[in-house]
Amino acid sequence: MSQTNGTIVGVNGNMITVEFEDAVSMNEVGYARLGELRLMSEIVRIRGTRADMQVFEDTAGLSVGDAVDFTGDMLSVELGPGLLTQIYDGLQNPLPQLAEACGFFLQRGTYLPALPRDTQWAFTPTAAVGDTLTAGESLGTVPEGIFEHRIMVPFRLRGRYTVASVAEAADYTIEDTVATLTDESGATIEVSMLQRWPVKMPITAYAERLRPTEPLVTKSRTVDTFFPVARGGTFCVPGPFGAGKTVLQQLMSRHADVDVVVVAACGERAGEVVETLREFPELEDPRTGKSLMARTIIICNTSSMPVAAREASVYTGITLASYYRQMGLNVLMLADSTSRWAQALRETSGRLEEIPGEEAFPAYLESVIASFYERGGVVTLKDGSTGSVTIGGTVSPAGGNFDEPVTQGTLKVVGAFHGLSRARSDARRYPAIDPLDSWSKYVSVVDNDAVEAGRSILRRGSEVGQMMKVVGEEGTSQDDFVLYLKSEYMDSAYLQQDAFDAIDGATSAERQQHVYGAISGFLQTNLHFADKTKARSFFHQLTQTTRDWNRADMGSQEFKDIQGRLEHMVSEAAVNA
Amino acid sequence: MHKVYHRVHNIAGNVINIRAEGVRYRELAEVTSRNGTSLAQVIRLQDDEVSLQVFAGARGVATDAEVRFLGHSMQVPFSEALLGRIFTGAANPRDRGPELSENLIDIGGPSVNPAKRIIPRNMVRTGIPMIDVFNTLVESQKLPIFARAGEPYNPLLARIALQAEVDVIVLGGMGLKHDDYLYFRDTLEESGALSRTVMFVHTASDPIVECLLVPDISLAVAEQFALEGKRVLVLLTDMTSFADAMKEIAITMEQIPSNRGYPGDLYSQLASRYEKAVDFDGAGSITILAATTMPGDDVTHPVPDNTGYITEGQFYLRNGRIEPFGSLSRLKQQVNGDTRDDHRTIMDTLIQLYAGYRETLEKQSMGFRMSDWDAKLLKYGTRFEKEMMDLTVNIPLEEALDLGWAILADCFEPMETGIQSKLTDRFWPKSEIGDQKSEVGEEAVESTEPAPVEA
Ligand SMILES: Nc1ncnc2c1ncn2[C@@H]1O[C@H](COP(=O)(O)OP(=O)(O)OP(=O)(O)O)[C@@H](O)[C@H]1O
Ligand SMILES: [Mg+2]
Repeated sequence: MSQTNGTIVGVNGNMITVEFEDAVSMNEVGYARLGELRLMSEIVRIRGTRADMQVFEDTAGLSVGDAVDFTGDMLSVELGPGLLTQIYDGLQNPLPQLAEACGFFLQRGTYLPALPRDTQWAFTPTAAVGDTLTAGESLGTVPEGIFEHRIMVPFRLRGRYTVASVAEAADYTIEDTVATLTDESGATIEVSMLQRWPVKMPITAYAERLRPTEPLVTKSRTVDTFFPVARGGTFCVPGPFGAGKTVLQQLMSRHADVDVVVVAACGERAGEVVETLREFPELEDPRTGKSLMARTIIICNTSSMPVAAREASVYTGITLASYYRQMGLNVLMLADSTSRWAQALRETSGRLEEIPGEEAFPAYLESVIASFYERGGVVTLKDGSTGSVTIGGTVSPAGGNFDEPVTQGTLKVVGAFHGLSRARSDARRYPAIDPLDSWSKYVSVVDNDAVEAGRSILRRGSEVGQMMKVVGEEGTSQDDFVLYLKSEYMDSAYLQQDAFDAIDGATSAERQQHVYGAISGFLQTNLHFADKTKARSFFHQLTQTTRDWNRADMGSQEFKDIQGRLEHMVSEAAVNA
Repeated sequence: MHKVYHRVHNIAGNVINIRAEGVRYRELAEVTSRNGTSLAQVIRLQDDEVSLQVFAGARGVATDAEVRFLGHSMQVPFSEALLGRIFTGAANPRDRGPELSENLIDIGGPSVNPAKRIIPRNMVRTGIPMIDVFNTLVESQKLPIFARAGEPYNPLLARIALQAEVDVIVLGGMGLKHDDYLYFRDTLEESGALSRTVMFVHTASDPIVECLLVPDISLAVAEQFALEGKRVLVLLTDMTSFADAMKEIAITMEQIPSNRGYPGDLYSQLASRYEKAVDFDGAGSITILAATTMPGDDVTHPVPDNTGYITEGQFYLRNGRIEPFGSLSRLKQQVNGDTRDDHRTIMDTLIQLYAGYRETLEKQSMGFRMSDWDAKLLKYGTRFEKEMMDLTVNIPLEEALDLGWAILADCFEPMETGIQSKLTDRFWPKSEIGDQKSEVGEEAVESTEPAPVEA
């Protein structure tokens, strides 16, 4: 690699201008020297012999004339066994180790290896001498927690390689050579378990990309039944502050039916990450019986951490997610909040004095968002197995108004939209996903016709509700009133979910099919009541009972009993009873 | 040793430009003209061109002003001697006390490693039922008060400061009216709290750049006290003035505004201050209460909007009362499970019934018929507003919970409240239920709790 030097000629916020001599490349990483410290920076624009670089650290103290060492590499992360359970900042510094080294505060210029160098991993070779392989194909595996972590031909290698040697089954560190390969020209390459990959490049060492069709069960009824997510699909959660975006993501990170979860806390509160990182090690993953942390990677670049690293954090997250997809695993990548990343782009763009687009966001915002979500997907790997990366991002629109560049740019590219409404969160109707505005292009876990029928009741009921605000209950017909009560029932008894109740908070697909089937049966029944008060009190009781049902264990006698009671109540009120 | 320059070749807004070498980004300089001396900070370096922001404003700065670089960035003296003292936004004494210059610390320091934070767990008692019962304040929380300009947010802040059990109070005043500054000073003094308070006050008539320094100085001092193990409460009023100062400066610097003239980094700027709120693993804590006035009473205005995205909830102050709807302490569930068994139930029930009262009022105003139930709600709502919501009410949490039961018993039958019978048996004021019932209530007999006080 070429090693070039440069000299600072300008400092403006987190942006430095650097005069360079030899060749540099766009997005190349350099280190600005500040006494003993070296501050990581990235080239974001080149003009003549000057490069503008965003510094991933506070720039206070830098001076015109200070040296910059270029590395020849783009911003990269380390890939290898040991990533799971880690808590990283946006540049893949392990935060707990950083705390050991620096104490309470994050010290700029301190960079630690992302993966432990001394851990021994039990390597089992799967490739044999003489095999011809390409990037992404397995050389062997090591057990990492509950997974077989594949040690692969490094993704950066192009063309075909012949295995010249492969290590025997034994313990190795990530830097030990586990295989040697020869390329077509006969040159030898030593391969260890550790490889580096530039975060802004997608990893494409797979055979084929497929259309996402299989549902990803999140155990949120509103999501799985009405606005489903598919494995390898994308979805976004826009909403005003306090509407429940973060809580929804936290629930998904716990309950989603996937192998690995990568959580990128991007420019949001540190306190929220602390909850995750203190609680996950204590919580059990029902799928595996292990701690939830065992399947989780946290990338944490909170709002007071350097802004430039915020952008890096979502790319770091998606790169790690894609790495585990290469092992045939289903990965969920959650980013909270993509708006903060967009704002980081806006700040950089402003300092570069680029011509601003809408609300001063850069003109290329949409394409940046699009290419990020494009990195999700289901793929067939070269060995025939499949893996997926599902991406869910929250959006924090200014003033809670979805008609703004980040929300709009995101809606154009995602497959599902879970829009949170202030009215619902104010009324404590959680999750506050608006059942009338939201949409999904993926397939529900329950029967589609039943879902459409439910949607129609929700829509018509809400229209009656609107009208009733004007004309009062007196001015509403009995039939309309019952329709309104039915939609309210669907909302309270099915859409709303108590996140803090162990059973109600996580509803399996099987249970959703069962419960939704029963409830839509109730709703399709013609009900008759003597007057509105009777109707109201009937639905009040039906709601209470259904809520109790939601809290009962599905296999229990109580569950059966309550269902019996519900059916009895409905048949008593049915027109033809 | 430090370089001195005598040629200012450009002055615009509060920013002056000189040609100089070896100057460091964010370094401080002293700018002296005939009209006086001010500190200034380097805000941009481009080749040999240095832009400095003059704290006292560029008014009166001459082209031959003396610019002397100090070789360090903005610092503030830190010691116990700060307590009881009042300073300006530039950390100069505003009282008659001596200048302090020892043990200088940097302001705007790095952020806390998230791995060194702990989950907040201590309630901050305020004696205000709308806070203690419904939206409990938690140590290390960051919480703004959203209010229209005329609302009594400063008296509310002062009251919380006086009643909260904290070791140190740091008051950061931005664009404060002189009267309000005196109000804070006198109120703290009269109650004897001034001796554990340090104030950094920028008043509306002080230079605008000093306004920008107030949060950083206040929080740097707070952080030092917290590292010494102290529980610190920081009051910042009014953060909208702080944001407006940023806007004014951004516009004079010809930065591209993002939304209603505010700079694109408003969120990051506010967040880097609010995120100083912390409970250190193994040391003290910082709790931040801020006032954020809402221009035009509009919560979607960029300042309250961005604030809401940063803080852990918000209190809406409207017509002199904390609004139960919209107000939210996002950390309350960390603490309100361990206060008293009926806390969460009373919190939910009283608010649900109050929501019913509001609906009834609406129906009443539209001329719809009032039922018996409506009549009960009207009675309830009136008592609730007078005895719970009024900000002059000052009672401990337990008394407020008892009062809640008393109001319920005065207006409703236990069944009508939807509270589970386990709790009504235990807490419902006895005389209202009658003798018969209390004999049946087995749990009430088992309960070790003293019988609730009657209203
Ligand atoms: N599903 C839920 N069940 C119960 N309470 C909830 C739920 N979702 C949200 N809340 C309440 O709303 C508060 C705010 O939720 P959350 O932090 O998820 O909002 P947000 O949309 O992420 O806001 P911001 O944009 O400011 O980060 C929570 O602290 C909690 O009190
Ligand atoms: Mg959030």
